[in-house]
Parts: sequence; C-alpha cells; structure tokens
Amino acid sequence: MSSSAEIRIRDLHKSFGDNQVLRGIDLEIGQGEVVCVIGPSGSGKSTLLRCVNLLEEPTEGQVFVGGTEVTDPDVDIDAVRRRIGMVFQQFNLFPHLTVTENLTLPQRRVLKRNKAKAAAIAAENLRRVGLAEKMDAYPSSLSGGQQQRVAIARALAMGPEVMLFDEPTSALDPELVGDVLAVMRMLADEGMTMMVVTHEMTFAREVADRVVFMDGGVVVEEGTPDRVIADPRHERTRHFLSRLLDPAMAEVEEEISGRVGGGE
Amino acid sequence: MSGTTDTAETGFQPRRRGLTRRQKRKVSRGVQYAVFVAAVIAFAVTADWGRLQNQFAQPDIAKQMFPDVITLALKNTVLYTVTGFAVGLVLGIALALMRLSSVGPYRWVAGVYIEIFRGLPALLIFIFIGVAVPLAFPGTEIVGGTYGKAAIALGLVGAAYMAETFRAGIQAVPKGQMEAGRSLGFSPARAMVSIIIPQAFRIILPPLTNEFVQLFKDSSLVLLLGVTLEERELSKFGRDLASTTANSTPILVAGLCYLLVTIPLGFVVRRLESKAREAVK
Repeated sequence: MSSSAEIRIRDLHKSFGDNQVLRGIDLEIGQGEVVCVIGPSGSGKSTLLRCVNLLEEPTEGQVFVGGTEVTDPDVDIDAVRRRIGMVFQQFNLFPHLTVTENLTLPQRRVLKRNKAKAAAIAAENLRRVGLAEKMDAYPSSLSGGQQQRVAIARALAMGPEVMLFDEPTSALDPELVGDVLAVMRMLADEGMTMMVVTHEMTFAREVADRVVFMDGGVVVEEGTPDRVIADPRHERTRHFLSRLLDPAMAEVEEEISGRVGGGE
Repeated sequence: MSGTTDTAETGFQPRRRGLTRRQKRKVSRGVQYAVFVAAVIAFAVTADWGRLQNQFAQPDIAKQMFPDVITLALKNTVLYTVTGFAVGLVLGIALALMRLSSVGPYRWVAGVYIEIFRGLPALLIFIFIGVAVPLAFPGTEIVGGTYGKAAIALGLVGAAYMAETFRAGIQAVPKGQMEAGRSLGFSPARAMVSIIIPQAFRIILPPLTNEFVQLFKDSSLVLLLGVTLEERELSKFGRDLASTTANSTPILVAGLCYLLVTIPLGFVVRRLESKAREAVK
C-alpha cells in the first residue's frame, strides 16, 4: 500500500438487486498516474468509476481518495467530491446556462468564490480546452466535442486533484473524438491523476501509464499498455481486444452464459 | 376500394346501386352546411333583437361602468389572482418537493393534501376560509383582511395543481443534471435550487400559465368572503350593477374584461408551448 496512492480501492463489491456488478475489486492509482479501464459493456467498469465519487454506493469494500475514506458513512461527501472532477459520457452541461455560467455557477455556489475570481478562472480553463471564443454560447449551439471540452473545463475550474472520465468520447461523432482526447492528453502531461473508462485503444496505448482490463465484475489483468494491449496474457483480454481492434473479423458465436457479468 | 381502378371487380358489378363514397361525402358536407345556415337564420329571425340589445348592450349603462370597472374591479381581480398565485406557487413547490422526498411522512402528507384539494370545489374552500375559519378560531385576524383571505383561498386551490405540475417538471429534468451537480460538490438541496428547479421551471411555464388563467377565473369566488365596495372584483362588480340597473349589460362588460386578459394569455401559452417544442428538438 504505497503512501502516494491517490485513489485506493479495496475489495469493492456492488450489486443492483440480485445482479452482482462488481465482485471484489482491488486497485491503486498513484499521484499523477493515468489509468485506463477497458472491458466489454456490462463488465462493471463504469460502475467502478462511479463508486469512486460515490455516485453509486458500494455494497461492500472501501474507497479512499487522497487519504480520505469516501465510503465512510460520516464523510462529508460534498467536500470530497470537490476534489474529484467527473466527466460524463453525455456531457451533462447545464443547458439553461451559457458556457461561462456553467463554469462559474459551481465555483460561486460550492466554493464561494467571488464573481470576478470565478469569471477569471472560467476564462482561463476555457482557454486551456481551446474554447475561449465560445464563452457566451449556450451548450445546445456547440458540437458534441465542444460540449465535452466545456464539461472538462467545468470540472477543472473546481481545482480537482483527481479526474474521472466515464467513456468521454463514446457519444461523439468519430471526427470529434480527437479534440477531446487532445485535451485529456494535455491534462495527463500536466501530471493530473486520471482514471479513464474508455474504448479508445490508441489513447490508452499512448497516454496511459497502466491499463486495467475488467470482465464480469473483476479485474482480469492489468499492467503497462504495451503489456496488456500488445501482449495480453488472458484469453478473455485477447478475445475482447481482437473484437475491438478488428470488429469486421468477429464471427457469430454462441453466448457463453456466465461469462458476461451483467449490466452497467 | 375506390371502385374505379379495379376493373376486374367493377366488371363483375358493373352498376353499383346508390352513391359512390365521394358522392356520399359531398352530400354529407352539404347537409352540415345547410343545418348551420338554417340555425343561424332561425336564430336571427326568432330573436328579439331590440330586447336583446336593451338587455345586454345599453351604451349608457356600459359607459357608466367606466372607469371603475377597470381601475377598481379589474385591478382587484388581478390583485387577488397574483397574490393567490404567489401563495400557490410557494406552497406548490413545497408540496412537490415533499412528494419527491425520501422521508415517507412528507410524501404521504403531500399526497393527501393534493388528493383532497384537487377533489374539492373551489367554492367550498372559499366558504371554508370565509365562514368556517372565523367561527372555529374566533379572534384570529388573517393578515390583509379580504386580500389575505383571498390569497390564502386561491393559494390553497392552486397549490394542489401546481404541486403536480412542479413534480412532473422536476422529474422531466434528465437524471444526469443532478449527477453533474452532485459530482461538482453541490449538496442535494443546493443542486435542486441552482440546477434542477430553473430547468423544471422552463418546462412547466406553459401549464403554469394555464393555472394562472384558472385562478384568474376562480378569483370571482372572492365575493363569498364578503367584500366592501372597494374590494369588489369583476364578477361582484358586474352583478351589483346589474341588479341596481335591472339590466344585464354590466355582466357582458365584466365578461369582456375577463377575456381581455385570458385571450392574450392563451396566445402567450401557445407561443411558449411551440417554443418549448423547438427547444427539445
């Protein structure tokens, strides 16, 4: 148990009714580390991510972020969440506010920053994601890629220590994916601690320090991208990667019951 | 089966008896117009126009109503409605939040309130506020006199409907909005106030405007509270004048004053609804 671990997950279980989505996850993410979580849909990877900031309440086990136990029933969860930025598949920008207001409202209401300071930090973060000129636009007038970059800027404006990404490019048209990944790569280079659930293998290979492959609610294998993606040890990992990297080559196969661990 | 294209079939039945469908439609349409024209003519011939004009459209009596019908009666109607709407809005939001609460008793209380007050006639609630409350709690003085009582009565009536509207609006805001707020560090209450309710409000603006129109009409029941001359609203004002002049013109004028507000509001609602539909696209 390294003391520099920013995120520490111990024996995490999560069930929805009878459906066991997570069956004992242990994972540590060090400060400044970028970890990509990959796996087939229904493998529990999004649920795992959502357990880290308690959007899902774990059934069993512990989660620590920056030394604070998130799963402690008496924890001030709102205070913990201020240190954890979260980016969603569906962006979840506030549609009734302009881009700038999307960034300033949480700063003012949650962090109690004054108007001028919040606006300055908003402008700075919009510049970082390359959208300074869209500050007065409404989210509905932006492309999906722009909306996702605003969502990243909104999370960054709160000054998080950790960023969680839940399939940030899955809802985007293919030609818009690059802009979002470029912003994420920039964050990684700046030393942000990041946990990324993704299907973007190129990103995982080039940016991640570590790749975690999940299936059926457990971590099947983990290691450096070169190890896991280029030279997977487990049959399940090989199977998943071959389908992902070359979907046209997949063959019709019998459903193997019990292999896929249920819904996310 | 139009009968003209299918030669095989028409070959077997070369001459159908009766009319084709198209001809039947024409006849039916003709009959409907004829009935309408006949009804209008019958009304125009049988109505006693002189008497009707005498009863409903006497310019002198109408003139005598101005400017009081606007500066006093319409003003009071608007005042009762706006204050009642404000009370209903606050109470309605509270009830909607109780309805969505995780605390069981809050949900039950809100549910019972809504069922009761949606099921009772507004008239009964006005009688209750005007008669039953002063008898039950002698010596209590409702702030604002008639205006306060009217605001409470209309608020109680409106709140039940507005609570259901608000609940639907809050539930129509996507779940991701609350999740985004929570993950930014908003408490549930603060996320509700800063993020969810402003969006819900946009969604429910058209039905809320309809509820305003409903209260505007229900404000006529204020006369049951026993009002002074200065507190009269449109209906009471019109009725009083109708009985002193023994003529129905004041009723007609009062009615027109209601429409002066409700018709433009209806127009606004339709505009808001089409705008909301566009925003969803």
